[in-house]
Parts: sequence; C-alpha cells; structure tokens
Amino acid sequence: MIDLATIWAFIIAFAVFVYVVMDGFDLGLGILFPLFPQKTDRDVIMNTVAPVWDGNETWLVLGGGGMMAAFPLAYAVLMPALYTPMIAMLLGLVFRGVAFEFRWRTQKARNKWDIAFAGGSLLATLAQGIALGAILQGIHVEGRQYAGGWWDWLTPFSVLTGVALVIGYALLGATWLVMKTEGELRDRAYHLSWMLLIAMLCAIGAVSIATPFLSVQYTQRWFAWPNIILTAPVPIAVAAVTALLLRALSNKNDHQPFFLTLGLFALSYAGLGISMYPYIVPQSITIWQAAAPTNSQVFMLVGVSILVPLILGYTAWAYWVFRGKVRPGHGYH
Amino acid sequence: MFEGWDAVVLARAQFAFTMSFHIVFPAFSIGLASYLAVLEALWLATRREVYINLFNYWLKIFAVAFGMGVVSGIVMSYQFGTNWSSFADKTGPVIGPMMAYEVLTAFFLEAGFLGVMLFGLERVGPRLHFVATLMVAIGTLISAFWILSANSWMQTPTGHAVNADGQFVAADWLKVIFNPSFPYRLVHMVLAAYLTTSLVVGAVGAWHLLRDQHLAGARVMFSMAMWMATLVAPIQILAGDQHGLNTLEHQPAKVMAMEGHYQSHKDGAPLILFGWPDQREAKVKYAIEVPKLSSLILKHSLDAPLAGLDTVPRENWPPVPITFWSFRIMVGLGFLIMGLGLLSLLMRWRGMMYQSPLLHHFAVLMGPAGFIAVLAGWITTETGRQPFTVYGLLRTVDSASPLAAPAVGSSLIAFIIVYFAVFTAGVIYILRLMAQPPHPGEQGPTKDLPARAAGITPAAGTAVEGAR
Repeated sequence: MIDLATIWAFIIAFAVFVYVVMDGFDLGLGILFPLFPQKTDRDVIMNTVAPVWDGNETWLVLGGGGMMAAFPLAYAVLMPALYTPMIAMLLGLVFRGVAFEFRWRTQKARNKWDIAFAGGSLLATLAQGIALGAILQGIHVEGRQYAGGWWDWLTPFSVLTGVALVIGYALLGATWLVMKTEGELRDRAYHLSWMLLIAMLCAIGAVSIATPFLSVQYTQRWFAWPNIILTAPVPIAVAAVTALLLRALSNKNDHQPFFLTLGLFALSYAGLGISMYPYIVPQSITIWQAAAPTNSQVFMLVGVSILVPLILGYTAWAYWVFRGKVRPGHGYH
Repeated sequence: MFEGWDAVVLARAQFAFTMSFHIVFPAFSIGLASYLAVLEALWLATRREVYINLFNYWLKIFAVAFGMGVVSGIVMSYQFGTNWSSFADKTGPVIGPMMAYEVLTAFFLEAGFLGVMLFGLERVGPRLHFVATLMVAIGTLISAFWILSANSWMQTPTGHAVNADGQFVAADWLKVIFNPSFPYRLVHMVLAAYLTTSLVVGAVGAWHLLRDQHLAGARVMFSMAMWMATLVAPIQILAGDQHGLNTLEHQPAKVMAMEGHYQSHKDGAPLILFGWPDQREAKVKYAIEVPKLSSLILKHSLDAPLAGLDTVPRENWPPVPITFWSFRIMVGLGFLIMGLGLLSLLMRWRGMMYQSPLLHHFAVLMGPAGFIAVLAGWITTETGRQPFTVYGLLRTVDSASPLAAPAVGSSLIAFIIVYFAVFTAGVIYILRLMAQPPHPGEQGPTKDLPARAAGITPAAGTAVEGAR
C-alpha cells in the first residue's frame, strides 16, 4: 500500500507546503507593502524577514528540483503547460529578491525598489495561485508531452485561485506583522488581519464550491459514500480554526493568529491533496506513472531522510537567533 | 512576432542568456565566501582590526552579489522544465537526484547560515558567527561539486542505462557522479572562481592604493589577492591543460573545434594561433600557425597524427567559430593573469608592491578578467559539445519543450529586459560599494539596517566593539 511513489508524493507535497509556510508570509509582506507608505514602517517590515528570505525560497528550488528527480514526467508535462505563469513567477521573484538588498544601497531609487518588491511579490503570488488552478482544472496530455496551447492556463477558475492565494498570503503577512512588530504598526496589522480573514474565508468558500464542478472525480471524491466520512472533518476543522483565529484576533494575542492562519493553509492544502490524489497531473498522470525509477527514488530518499531533519534544525536555529519583535532603530542614520 | 523562428534556437538563446548572467554571481561568491572565511579566521587568530574591517567591507558586497545569484539561480532550476521538458523527462532520473542533492546539501546550508553571517555577529558571538561563515563557504563549494558533476555527466555520460520509456536511469551512482570529466572540470572551475575573486579583490585594492598608498585595508587586500593570483594562475594553466587532454580522450570533436582542425593531419598537426574559421567551407581562413605544435601539446610528440573534423559526420559538428574564439579568449586571459601574478611577485621582491602605479593600473584593468575568462571557458565547453545535450546520446533538438516560437521568444525578451534592468542596477551598487575605501570601524550590512529586535540593544559599532 505504502510504496516509494507514495512516499515521494508526500515528500514533494511536504516541500511545497513548507515553501508555502515560509515564503507565503514574506510574499504577503510584499503584497501589503503599498499599504504602509512610511519609510520607517517599510524598513521594519523588510527587517522582519531579511535574515531568512533566502532560506525560505530554497524550498521552492527543492520543490522544483525534487519533482524533476522523483516525478520527471510530471515535471516535464506541467512546466510547459504552466509556461507563462512560471516565467511570470520567476521574474516576480527576481524583482522582489534583489529588492531586499538593493533598497538599502540607494537613496534616490529606493522607491523604485519598494515598487519592485511589492509588484514582484504580487506577481509571483498571483502566478503561483493561477498555476495551482490550472493544474486542478486538468491538463491536456498526449503521450509523454503537454499537448495544449500556451493560454490554456487562463480560465475564470485559475484567476479565482490566483486571487485567493494573494488574499491568503496577505493574511499570512499581516498576522506575521502582528507577531513581529509593535505599536501602531502592529495595530494596523491587526486591522488588516480582520479584513483579510473575512476575504480569505470567502475565497476558501468560493474555491471549495467551484472545484467539484471542474470534474466528476472531485465531486465523487468529496461527497460519495464512504469517502464523506473522511472528507467531512476538513470543513469542520476549517470552521474550528476560524473560530480560534477570530478569538485570538479579538484577544489581541500576538502569536496565535499567524500559527492559526498556517492551520487554515494546512487544511486547505489537505483539501487539495484529497482532491488530487493519486494524480500528480489531474485526470491524466498518476504518481505511479510519473515516478522515476526505483533506484533514483531510493538514492534520494537516503539523502532526504538524513538531511531534511538537519535542515529543519538549523533553519529553526536561524529563526531563533532573530526571534522577538523588530523595532525601528534609533541613532543609525 | 517570432512567427517562422525556430523555437529550439530561441530556447537555446534563452538558456545561454540566463545561464551566462547566472554563472557570473556564483563564480564570484564561491571565491568571496572562502575569502571572507579566511579574513574572519585571521581576525579571530590575530585580533588585528584590519581583518574585521575588510571582512565587513566585503560582506556588504557579498550580500548584494549573493542575492542576485539566488534569484537568477531559481530561474535556472525551472528552466529545465519550461524550455527543455523532453530533456527533463529523459534525464530527470539521473540529473534530478544530483540537483536535489545540491539543494539539500548546499543551497539550504548557504541560505540557512547566510542570515546569521550577514546580520548575526552581535547576536551569536564571534565563534558561532565564524561557524556560520564557514558553513556558507562550504555550501558554495558543495554546490559546485553537485552542479559540475551533473554537467560533467552530460558531457561524458557513464554509469547509466536506458529504460523502456526512453529515460536514462542510473545503473551505478558512483560512476554517474564521478564520471570521467568531473574531477578535471571541478578543479578547473573552483580555481577559476578563486582567481576571479582574487582579481576583483586585487583591482579594488589597487584602485584605492592609486589614491592612497598608505591605506592599511587596501594594502592587505591587494597583497592577499596578488599572492592568490601568483600561486593559483600557474596551477590553473596546468589544470586547464589536463582538462583539455581529458576532453581529447572523451570529446575529441570539441578539441578539434577548439583547435580549428577541420582537416586531419597525418604527421604532426599545426597549432593555429589565430584565424577565421569558416564553417561552410570547413577551413580556417587567414590562419597564423605554428607547425606541429598542436601535436606536441596534445600528444606530446611532434609527429603524432591528429584527427580532424573530417573524421566526424557533418551533422555532429560543433559550431567551430564560437568554440575556437572563446577558447582563445580564455587562454589569453589565463596567461595575462599569470603575467599579473609574476609582475606582482617582482614588485614584492623589490619592495615596490604598494608604490608601483604600473602594477596597480594593470591590476585594475584585470579586475573583470576572471569573469570574462569564466564565461569564455563555459562557452567553449558548452558550444563544443553541441549538437548534443547528453553527449553522443541525446541531441539538443530532441531535448526541447513542445512550445511554439512566440511563447519562447516572448519569455526570452522578458528575461533580457528584466535581467539588464535588475542586474545592471546591482552591478552599479556593487561598484559604488567598491568605490568607497575600506576604513577603520567598517560596518557590515547591519549598518544600514535601522532595526534591532527587542531584548538586545547593542550600541552602534558593535561589529567591532561588541566582539572584542
């Protein structure tokens, strides 16, 4: 029952989820950047993630590289199918990534790099969300290759998932700010968290309603007996986490909102997994069809089982070193 | 736009463009990370302030260069799928795990410790901070190990089999990883990265010495860089020669292209110094050549016969003009770098190291030479192995994605515009940092960061005082 391909599907899913957990909030900060026009606020916002953003984005490289290694056929089909959103995401990441360093290196053009940071973050997030929607709605495959056109990814559904992810990352960013800042900046982050949470719940609802209409498989997966025993707890858990999140925001508990928002992401992600499994390219390629030969998967599994715990360990250490609230500094300029 | 263009040619242009931009940054940061580790070690051992000043000076530059390397590198990891999906499907089981290991053993190590290296000195103390610097430096070297192993396997594939789906699969991982050209390529590239960095450091030192001979930081960095160039340039020329002999054994057509040998020579092949290779007529026009020297270099015998491209089917010919010229640019710069090293040795011996404007001007001019040589070297090896992606086994035309030219062409233009805009700005910021002389009490990247976390409120200038 549990075979190598399944283990690898979970590893890749894990890598992508860790990426969402780690880069989601720092992309979210970029999305929220235009709402914080003051320089001191922007400096603080940047500094909450400056020491860790490189590590966060490395999970995206692992997701891509790991997929090419473990499921080369899926990688070879998905990338051309998602060509435009992928290129857009990469270019967005270029702009926002360099902005971290560049904005400190210039007085005159700082504003430009702030725009690059915000625009790049928004573009990358939108592209990721659209790519997700495009995967869910199905991809035209013939033989071992993508056989659709280069605009197939763009549909109302993929735009919906794109917007939903922007809202979701923005909420992660806002609750991160609640945790990492203080004073007026934090108060505004609280205010934003409220509005974004409501928007996020609408987005989760809209995507959940739209998904079953995409394919009979999704409908059966969620609503047919006996699957419903397994799937019903997901929406119930979403309701429970939402209630906790609302309470944490009311009580002004600085730490809980961020982690509870991650909980919402985890549940939505589990929902995605339920819809897709065992397909890696929905409705055409299963994880077993796409799997690399056993010796490739075993060779990597050895490395992953030793190295990933190590990586999580020193990543946690880096976050620990830079723990606590970030304040505007005095006397440095 | 792009109707009637060849999508494969556009995809190749895109890979060449994004790769050429990318390689510049790792080539610099591999060397610079090691240099920073040496500077911090010297500071910890001697506690001389000049070393921590230099460390902080170069750390700011490292931060900017590293960021550009990261973002241009993410593009590369997805490019295999977007533009070269057939290649990804067929070689994924072999190349994929090596790249996954690169991410797991190198990228995470670099990125995980980078934050502490850049911003964490006063938070973790000098010893732990040195560990972080060391981890970043080791990470860059591990990264070079895996990516060069993957590239070398594509050049000299061994240890693989082909499965029913037409995919390459590993039969013996050790043979795949330690394929015949890998050790040579790894040594040649890592030395190139060290030389590139030493030339940049030397040029910056020389630039400031031309303005102030007595500047302590400039003197130290210049001296260190010149030692590096003096010692490593000759070793690099030897390593390059060995790499070339290895190429002759495994990819003879590439060496034929580098030498411009369209014709076979039965008794001793000439070394063509310069000339104009004409691919259509299959001969080198206006050639200036030294008789029999090529046989002496490649076969260690004046009269040894050397086969030319006339022994290779025409459809397997690499583009000779590019390979021929990029090789000459690389070799020429290699000898110029050795010349700089020798001149610095002479001046050092005469006690004129910090007083010779001739030496300093030469060093400033040679600042970008390493980058150009690295690019020329990669162009030589990558065009020289055409028309294959996996040498002799998978042709470049059979590696591309099923995309139409407009898609590839539009993304190519987007990359060109964005890269020029973004990386030009980055290079300007780096040059601006370099234009500042290193000075006592030099601050790391923290200087410009106005923020501190609660609980720890170090005074300004902690990078020096706090660590004492």
